[in-house]
Amino acid sequence: MSTTTVATGQAPRFSLAARYGASVPQVIAMVAVALFLLAFLVVPILRVIQVAFTHPDGGFTLVHFGDFFRTQLLREAFWNSIYVATMTVVVASLIAVPLATILSRFRFRGAALIHTLGVVPLVMPPFVGAVAMQLIYGRNGTINLLLMDWFGFRIPFMEGLNGVIFVEALHYFPFILLNLSASLANIDSAMEESAQNLGAHGFTLFSRIVFPLAMPGYIAGAALVFVKVFDDLATPLLLNVNTMLAPQAYLKITSVGITDPMGYVISVIMVLCSVGGLALSTLFLRGRDFSTQQRGGGGLSQRELRRGGRIAAIAFVIFAVALSLSPHIGIFLLSIGTVWSFAVLPDGYTFVHYETIYREAGPLISNTVLYCGLAGLIDVVLGATVAYIVLRTRLPGRRLVEQVAMSAVAIPGLVLGIGLLRTYHDVSLPISGESLATFWFMLVIAYAVRRLPYALSAATAALRQVHLSLEEAAESLGAGKFTTLRRVVVPLMTGGLLAGFVTSFATAAVELSATLMLVTRVGDAPLAYGIYVYMQSAAGRGPGAALGVIAVVVVAIATFISYRIAEHERSLKARVGAFS
Amino acid sequence: MTRGVAIEHVSFSYGANLIIDDVSLDIAKGEFFAFLGPSGSGKTTLLRLIAGFGIPSSGRILINENDVTHLPPWSRNVGMVFQNYALWPHMTVAKNVAFGLERRRLPRAEIARKVAAVLELVGLAEFADRRPAQLSGGQQQRVALARTLVIEPTVLLLDEPLSNLDAKLRVEMRSELRQLQQAVGITTVYVTHDQEDANAVADRIAVLDRGRIQQVGTPVQLYDHPASRFVAGFLGTANMIDGQVQADGRFVADGFVVDSVGGTAGPAAISVRPQDITIGPAGTGIAATVTSREFLGSVTRYRIRLGSNDLTVDVPHRRDVVPFAIGDAVGVVIDPHQTALLR
Repeated sequence: MSTTTVATGQAPRFSLAARYGASVPQVIAMVAVALFLLAFLVVPILRVIQVAFTHPDGGFTLVHFGDFFRTQLLREAFWNSIYVATMTVVVASLIAVPLATILSRFRFRGAALIHTLGVVPLVMPPFVGAVAMQLIYGRNGTINLLLMDWFGFRIPFMEGLNGVIFVEALHYFPFILLNLSASLANIDSAMEESAQNLGAHGFTLFSRIVFPLAMPGYIAGAALVFVKVFDDLATPLLLNVNTMLAPQAYLKITSVGITDPMGYVISVIMVLCSVGGLALSTLFLRGRDFSTQQRGGGGLSQRELRRGGRIAAIAFVIFAVALSLSPHIGIFLLSIGTVWSFAVLPDGYTFVHYETIYREAGPLISNTVLYCGLAGLIDVVLGATVAYIVLRTRLPGRRLVEQVAMSAVAIPGLVLGIGLLRTYHDVSLPISGESLATFWFMLVIAYAVRRLPYALSAATAALRQVHLSLEEAAESLGAGKFTTLRRVVVPLMTGGLLAGFVTSFATAAVELSATLMLVTRVGDAPLAYGIYVYMQSAAGRGPGAALGVIAVVVVAIATFISYRIAEHERSLKARVGAFS
Repeated sequence: MTRGVAIEHVSFSYGANLIIDDVSLDIAKGEFFAFLGPSGSGKTTLLRLIAGFGIPSSGRILINENDVTHLPPWSRNVGMVFQNYALWPHMTVAKNVAFGLERRRLPRAEIARKVAAVLELVGLAEFADRRPAQLSGGQQQRVALARTLVIEPTVLLLDEPLSNLDAKLRVEMRSELRQLQQAVGITTVYVTHDQEDANAVADRIAVLDRGRIQQVGTPVQLYDHPASRFVAGFLGTANMIDGQVQADGRFVADGFVVDSVGGTAGPAAISVRPQDITIGPAGTGIAATVTSREFLGSVTRYRIRLGSNDLTVDVPHRRDVVPFAIGDAVGVVIDPHQTALLR
């Protein structure tokens, strides 16, 4: 290891290398990342909190919070948000838990296909699906028209809060499915066999052994769903449900103005709920990472189903898959339909919406590619830097930087948007004099901050796979720190970083909460904003759906690519593992 | 002999692969029995069949003369200790141990008493409230054993129980296992690929290879009288010499003769252990040449060339005895009494 000399020529009081295993460029990199997080995450959020607690004449006050809980509408919005998030978890669980159990427990033809289909809902932003679901499940939608014709009654799937719950549950249940499936797959088959050996079977086996061992995955997924639903602004807005926290905050800021404290109070309450949900799940999960305590793995032993069970299982799987694909089918029909209103299916079919999009939506798509590409790039650079500093140096504060970066998960996009708006509203750009908050690059920054946790996790996982000895081997053969980084570390991390980039890109492409706050000119708007604007008017639904289809295709391709990269990485790792 | 476990013409296939090929075996009540074989020999599969994890494609399995072939695992009352212990991470040590008793619907006080007693037996009384992750490998092993013994199973099945322990702990644990088995007096089947483990603990051993039983016997019987090249080679080091048995009982190999081996005339092989060959100065026996030498501590191991055969010879190490050098001509004596005739 080379000793560090300070560039100014002064004798260093201590050696960075000896004490912290770090070099000067690494310290500079960490400071840069910390400043970025401070400027675009910590300060904006603190600003939001500060405004929420500031009296009109400057002092500290709780009066705004008092106002919040004295206002009937806001109290209702608060309980509605909690109710919707909780019920979404319940409804999503009703789909995901049986599906995960069936898929992991029983031998099934096409199980892999169903697993893939189970992830499909995630590639379509929920607010896009919302419009299609109105047409299918709404009061005068396909299902209710048929029910009315055949049986003479309707089911209020989409009335008020039901609609939000239904849309969110269909969109987010894969989070529970994925986490629970992973948990089930991690259960060592000997865990089950030893219980059978000691006399347990059937329900006892499930309730005492399988369920507790799978619980951590379920809780992790459920907490994620809860937070995501709390965070979602566009779905309630599109469904015309305004009595929830996110729409209320948005409406306060956009209609009353960024000086109205109530929007900030709502933001603080949203952050508290979101953080509270995650904290509860973390508390529960503490000491329960069973996957690392089991050596065998290999999942539950799979069983053949009896005839009756097989029919029930298949029926459920078909039902779940049909349900989760229905928004996609709906949006596709809408995009090629002429008029679809008070009808089971569109009246006729046309490509005119795609032509409209082709004429009008060019800037939307190029903006999306530009913003999300830049955001992905920033995330990869920041993620890799933080991962490297955390895993390879002992710099003080490195854990704090990591935790701050990861904490973006718990910050609703809307709140970050409000914070950025408030913090940089009065900062104007040097030449044009435009406000920094509404400059298009602020969207890139918002996306980057919001998606940094994904990229950081991907980078950390990638770097964990690069064993320190590989670096030491390069160094012992005469390569310096930088050469080692360039020739050994970065190439080995490429796959993981690429996957992080694609995930950041794809999820940023459908981000709307922060976007709605920060976009002021349609010319600067990305795809998600365009879809939202189109979907506002009846005439715009067709082109909006066409744009939605394009967004789905873009995200699906990106997801597929990142999946393939991850698979490729895993096979590489497996091959290396075989040698070691 | 009272049969504790009887395996009668059991075969088992997995897909098109025949894993167990017509195995028959009687294990006496109270016996410590080992299945010894390389990986893929079917030893673990056979153990799992006794536990009820899998149903033989043909044949019967009896425990204490009751046919259990088609009983599910939870109705057999056999205790199995898994290779990775399979302790449930979400339960404390005491909960793990109590699990089987709870399934048997024992009164709560009785369960508490038995759990305490068995933890005392394995020396982990003060660890009752720990989680498995807070224990060392050896302690986890003991908990697994306690969890199994506490239900007082008719048979104790051990699947490579020592393979996750380090060398020193292994030796300790296996003598403990043996003492425990003797104290409890339970019929025990022990699966291992390690001949030293099997020799150290087992009353009798069945050597398995490719789904078949190669030989059954006490450790000494198997070592001294291996029935096949596989058994001779798998239990310790053996020199295998091809040749012919003459009508007069002599064994003729390339370049030398061993007297009075016995058996019927025809092509055969003899196996002789490295310590059963003596080498001395040239002219004292069959002429041979030293080709290599390794000092192993208690013995010096020579490779010598005798006709077309390369033999391994161990000479006990003594201070101040000048060893033979590579290239030295030596005289070799093979004691016919210490050879085993293989067909």
